[in-house]
Amino acid sequence: MSKPLSRPKRKNPLQRTRLPLLPHGQRSRKAHCLTAAAAEGRFMLQVCDDCSHTLYPVRDACPHCLGINLPFRDVRPDGRLVVETTVRISTDPYFRERTPWRVGTVQLDAGPLVIAHLHGDAVEGERVRLSLKLDKSGAAVMIALPAVETPDMQADPILREMTCDPQFRRVLITDGRTAVGQAMAKAFCEAGASIVFVGIANAWKPYPGMDQLAALEQVEIVPLDVTDSQSIADLAAQNGGRIDIVINTAEHVRAGGIIGRGSVIEAREEMDVRYFGLMRMAQSFGPALRFRGADGQSSAAAFVNLLSVHALMNWPSFGAHSATEAACLSAAQCLRAELRPGGVKVLNVFFGPLETEWFQTVPPPKLAPSLLAKAVVQALRQGLEDAFVGDIAQDIRERLAANPKALERELGDA
Amino acid sequence: MSAPDLLAFAQSVASGAVRVVDLTQTLTPEFPTIALPPEFGQCAPFRLEEVSRYDARGPAWYWNNFSMGEHTGTHFDAPIHWVSGKDLPDNAVDTIPPHHFIAPAVVIDCSAQAAKDADFALSVADLQAWEATHGPIPARSWVLLRTDWSKQSPAAFAGLREDGAHTPGPAPEAVRWLVEQRDVLGFGTETIGTDAGQAHHFNPPYPAHFYMHGKGRYGLQCLTNLDLLPPVGAVIMAAPLKIRQGSGSPLRVLALVNGSEAGR
Repeated sequence: MSKPLSRPKRKNPLQRTRLPLLPHGQRSRKAHCLTAAAAEGRFMLQVCDDCSHTLYPVRDACPHCLGINLPFRDVRPDGRLVVETTVRISTDPYFRERTPWRVGTVQLDAGPLVIAHLHGDAVEGERVRLSLKLDKSGAAVMIALPAVETPDMQADPILREMTCDPQFRRVLITDGRTAVGQAMAKAFCEAGASIVFVGIANAWKPYPGMDQLAALEQVEIVPLDVTDSQSIADLAAQNGGRIDIVINTAEHVRAGGIIGRGSVIEAREEMDVRYFGLMRMAQSFGPALRFRGADGQSSAAAFVNLLSVHALMNWPSFGAHSATEAACLSAAQCLRAELRPGGVKVLNVFFGPLETEWFQTVPPPKLAPSLLAKAVVQALRQGLEDAFVGDIAQDIRERLAANPKALERELGDA
Repeated sequence: MSAPDLLAFAQSVASGAVRVVDLTQTLTPEFPTIALPPEFGQCAPFRLEEVSRYDARGPAWYWNNFSMGEHTGTHFDAPIHWVSGKDLPDNAVDTIPPHHFIAPAVVIDCSAQAAKDADFALSVADLQAWEATHGPIPARSWVLLRTDWSKQSPAAFAGLREDGAHTPGPAPEAVRWLVEQRDVLGFGTETIGTDAGQAHHFNPPYPAHFYMHGKGRYGLQCLTNLDLLPPVGAVIMAAPLKIRQGSGSPLRVLALVNGSEAGR
């Protein structure tokens, strides 16, 4: 059974901080289809269109019928752990710091044999559930989990290496004035974060929910304005070295398209809060996050971006807003590549209209901030890179994959 | 009248016989700006981006780019700022005659009333009581309302509650009286605007803006150090930036005071 995590001891300040190392992350272009599945927490393998065999490892031609139409499909992840091996010594710089490390061979019910990393509670000869995860290098790997959830299984060191569980981590929520920011603070307190720093801009301006936010036990209110470079730099100088997960909740939602606005004043504000805000946060907090990617049990783990799903396809009713979100998505992809050497994940969480004031006139379904916050915690626990939360986000995701032009045209009428 | 001796004046400044009192708040990102309902465009707060600081971005020099609205920090309101002054001649910061930027000032001390009541409204009676002690307010002078609001915490300075801002300012009749009966040059305050926080409920709304700008007069706000000025006798230098058709501008406001009267 996994041992529950204990609150990490205070670090010995005389000890050197170990630098992050990565497992080798090279994959073929085709194998990155597994990366895509892992990024969203799906379990996908190739299934031959011609003979219906499920295939692993990734192939260019079916070993059963030589067919070349091998699309990736969601398949059942269940199987049996046939045999396990414990690696005690490795020449690989990443693994030699982390031995003993268990690997094993899993017979999937769907057919293939898979060599996978083993969760501590996966027992030889017994049923397991395979999961595709992104390792520290951001490439897909298989891990065999116990078939049934075990207590404290999230605390397993191999699993923790592939996930960003907030338990005993220190979290920074950039904007606590919003409903989403406050829901996030609550969710991360409940998820066992040891400190939840919550940024408040313009403290002279009162805001709803102020007292409830300050009353949360782990919450520490800090002055932070994502539009003010100096305020970000000041906070990073104070606390940058003890923040493990950044959640950028700064939002700027306004309806309207491009022509009708009459000026770029609002667009500038949007870009300042969202795009430049993200860039400022990355510049001030990115270096310490990347440096601390292997800093013990509660290492730096993730930078979370909350994005409108219309970053992927413009919704002209919120057209200028969509454009800003698209800029943020692009920046987030860059940030992801830049944080990868530290083994720090960038999680992009996509959602449709929220149950918040600026979407007042938009009909349901709308996503409650509390559900969004829970989904963010869950996505970090799973170690995802991309999460689509709520019906609208999932619908847009599917329509985009099926026919992007139709989606563009239809959103123009919405 | 003999020609004024400007060199003697400069010497008086240098010697301290004429003291210079800075009435300007420092421009910082944290300084409150006026908060409009969020669906309106907002006045941009002060922001500073460092271009270089003797580093790879510029090895021998330090400089910044800054941005802000015309009505950020200690700033000047031109008549064109308000709809009542929109058609007046020379109503923007670039066309106001420059000799208007140097003028005498009277200081009405209402700090005691404001300390008791954040919604204190300056009345004609208050002005007449002041005149009973200090004499009539001279024409073409600035009238500065001292409330000591510049000494408040940022939250109290903004005074925001659920029903809006609560900060002192002038009652409509008082502004009208100043413009029509005393022909003043402008009205200045320590608060975030020339009008009271609740002035949108006055009739007319925002009377300092409506009457002052409607008659081509000016406004100064977010002033500080008014407690260092005598009730009568200070001279104000308040020249806004020369922005084409600008509605106002952040500026440095200086008061010249007889050295023996400055400070307390």
